[in-house]
Amino acid sequence: MSSHPIRMAGIDKSFGPVRANRGASLDVAPGEIHALVGENGAGKSTLMKILGGLIRPDAGTVEINGSDVTGWSTSDAIAAGVGVVHQHFMLVPTLTVAENVVLGNEPKRGVMFDRTRALADVNALIQQTGLIVPADRRVAELSVGEAQRVEILKTLYRGAKILILDEPTAVLSPPDVQELWTVLRKLRDDGATIVLITHRLDEVIGISQTITVMRAGASVGRMKTSETTPAEIAKTMVGRDVVLSAPLREAIGGTAATAEHAIAPVGAPVLEVTDLAVNDSRRVRVVDGVTFAIRPGEVLGIAGVEGNGQTELVEAIAGLRDIVSGSVSVSGRDITRATVKERRDAGIAHVPEDRHRRGLILEYSIAENLVLGAQQEFSRYGSLDGDRIGEHAREQITKFDVRPPSAAPAARTLSGGNQQKVVIAREMGRSFTVLLAAQPTRGVDVGAIEFIHRQIREARDAGKAILLVSAELNEVLALSDKVAVMYRGKFAVTLPAREATPEVLGPYMTGGKSRDAA
Amino acid sequence: MNESLLRRAEEALLPPIVALLIALILGDVLILLFGESPLHVYGRMIEGAWGNPYGFAQVLYKTTTLTFAGLGIALALRAGLFNIGAEGQLAAGAFGAAVMGITLPAGTPALLAVPLCLLAAAAAGLLAGGLPGVLKTKFGAHEVIVTIMLNFVILALLNWVIVEHLRVADTLHTAEIRAGAVPRLSEFIPAFHGSATNVTFLFAMAAAAWCWWYLFRTPGGYALRATGLQPEAAEYSGIRVGRVWMKAMALAGVLAALGGTNFVLGYKHYYEDGFTGGSGFLAIAVAIVGRNHPFGVVLAAFFFATLSQGGLAIHALVPKQMVEVLQGVVILAMAASVPEVQRALRGARKAVAA
Repeated sequence: MSSHPIRMAGIDKSFGPVRANRGASLDVAPGEIHALVGENGAGKSTLMKILGGLIRPDAGTVEINGSDVTGWSTSDAIAAGVGVVHQHFMLVPTLTVAENVVLGNEPKRGVMFDRTRALADVNALIQQTGLIVPADRRVAELSVGEAQRVEILKTLYRGAKILILDEPTAVLSPPDVQELWTVLRKLRDDGATIVLITHRLDEVIGISQTITVMRAGASVGRMKTSETTPAEIAKTMVGRDVVLSAPLREAIGGTAATAEHAIAPVGAPVLEVTDLAVNDSRRVRVVDGVTFAIRPGEVLGIAGVEGNGQTELVEAIAGLRDIVSGSVSVSGRDITRATVKERRDAGIAHVPEDRHRRGLILEYSIAENLVLGAQQEFSRYGSLDGDRIGEHAREQITKFDVRPPSAAPAARTLSGGNQQKVVIAREMGRSFTVLLAAQPTRGVDVGAIEFIHRQIREARDAGKAILLVSAELNEVLALSDKVAVMYRGKFAVTLPAREATPEVLGPYMTGGKSRDAA
Repeated sequence: MNESLLRRAEEALLPPIVALLIALILGDVLILLFGESPLHVYGRMIEGAWGNPYGFAQVLYKTTTLTFAGLGIALALRAGLFNIGAEGQLAAGAFGAAVMGITLPAGTPALLAVPLCLLAAAAAGLLAGGLPGVLKTKFGAHEVIVTIMLNFVILALLNWVIVEHLRVADTLHTAEIRAGAVPRLSEFIPAFHGSATNVTFLFAMAAAAWCWWYLFRTPGGYALRATGLQPEAAEYSGIRVGRVWMKAMALAGVLAALGGTNFVLGYKHYYEDGFTGGSGFLAIAVAIVGRNHPFGVVLAAFFFATLSQGGLAIHALVPKQMVEVLQGVVILAMAASVPEVQRALRGARKAVAA
């Protein structure tokens, strides 16, 4: 029993008021691939940082190969053969693969770096493990998949027998993922123990032998992969009771009532998105063939774990990100290549997900922020029309209940909820036909949430087409007529609101199921 | 409303004043090290700069160049761009004005010749400032590197043109302009007799007023400042950030280039190699001390011009490098004091409110 490579028990760790781990445990048998799964913020990374010696637990014990190592350091961990492959690469781009791999343990001849031996050693390791990378190439020239192999090689070069991989597939393309699995299986067969952190259920089922599920800082389930189903894992991960008893949903009076329409959505779609493909800044495809249409008076809600392409989808429609292929049109007019301004003029209003970065000029006054993007319309004879800007500000501040009700202070001085009201007032206070609402209630208090939800419903009843993206599943369910789940850049499923429940959507959100229904 | 205006003035003016006090105290120490009395030395400086009409007129002359160049830097900074190229832009503008003035036939009426010379200077500045803007927008070339290097390119190019083609024998300057000269202020204020200060000073004040209007009262200025503060928010709102960058750099180049006419049209009436003498770099300090506000730039330009003119008066007492050290101290104190003073102010206000 005590020969288990990893045994963590009763781990507590708090960061200020946040309890990242509470009584978390992890028990990994020798020679297995063990999956550690859970939603974002469930405490997986904290637990692994404790294991890797980056942070000390407040309570609990860590045992490696039977000996108590609680509170050890990173160098202790490396010496004991525990290696962490981080989600974000820690490589020197200007050095070659071989140089990166040996960095910190360079073979020397006298006092000089022995380049020849480094190259030979690394090539031998590459042969032995099957992690194929050109050892003499500079890391800057590698693909993402190759860079990750270098990270794994680096860990193995230091003699790691216990490998921890933090979300290794987040940046990989499907063929790269398959190759990684092959390598991991081989490493396991050669005697390594592997912990795989992920929130993708397909991966868990495909490669692991044992699964530990974490939720809200605690380990809530440990199961044999061969004896469980994706549905059961998803249920354990999301926690049925947690989803259903969310206070938000009660506060706004339940799903069924609120989705009721004053008028049914009618007419031709106003926003049409066809086979859209978008890359992120690293040129990884993050929106991949998304198609949907929204009619006047209709809310399409996009649910899903963050980072599955929602941000890029909204930015591409708003004109802030290049569209690789596919098309976007508003009221029948193609805007795929239009500028941001042209899109706004075509009727798009956009509540961006990050109001501090995009939504507001924080140093500008509230009045100035309320005309952002419309500064041309608020000028006369080439000069800004201060009177009209002031009058406009007073109207909007009253209508959208911005507090304190004053136009002069800088947007920076407002509370988060009132800042968001300024953004909402600007975007919804002018004429528009399509509203892109990305995380519209993020970080705002309950009162502001209610207000913002009412605004969105009123806009819907006024015949606007609304695309709502939210990490809050309850928000999506409360406001939408149709619900789509976005997973890895695609719509995993699209359902009418009355069929969409957390239980139905959960597996799609974690990739356990997928059904193309546009 | 009145109170908030007062507060804004306090916040804008207090940091430079504190910086000045710190510089004065450090200056005291320096002067004492040279075995002189600080009061005596400062007295002589003020006397040399403001105590007689000639000195004061010379301060105004130096203020003019520094104001134009400082405005060019401040405007670019408002758009989030660091324009280190004012030195080259000054020279380019001066050269443009000189070439136009030489080309025009003698006797061209001033009402036609002066605008043409200013236009030529502006066109040269448009090129010198616009190029870094275009390179940044189209290719992502960092404006700091490009403007620094462009200084060398422009100065070397003009040096070659002057030496090989345009100079009057045995000098490093061009022939005199035949048209486009502007009157010295001494024609209207006889007491300024002998000083180079000229009508360009009025142009500089007008340019500052225009910059203020443009930055704070027009949609273009609104977009420019928004871009400087939060480029991503500007982009989100439909402002085309790349275009704003190009426009701001071109405008910055034009403003700095017009500073070159102070020398050519108002003083020597020819282009002379090396006349800028670092004014374009001192103007960076002018823009920073002036907090990138057009009127602040004018005040800061006046201050640095005073230091420079006053420095001439104390040569006998302390090395003139002391004035340069003092300038350096002002800039450092300014940079260090701004956030601290403002934080302290806010703290004090909170304490009063509580």
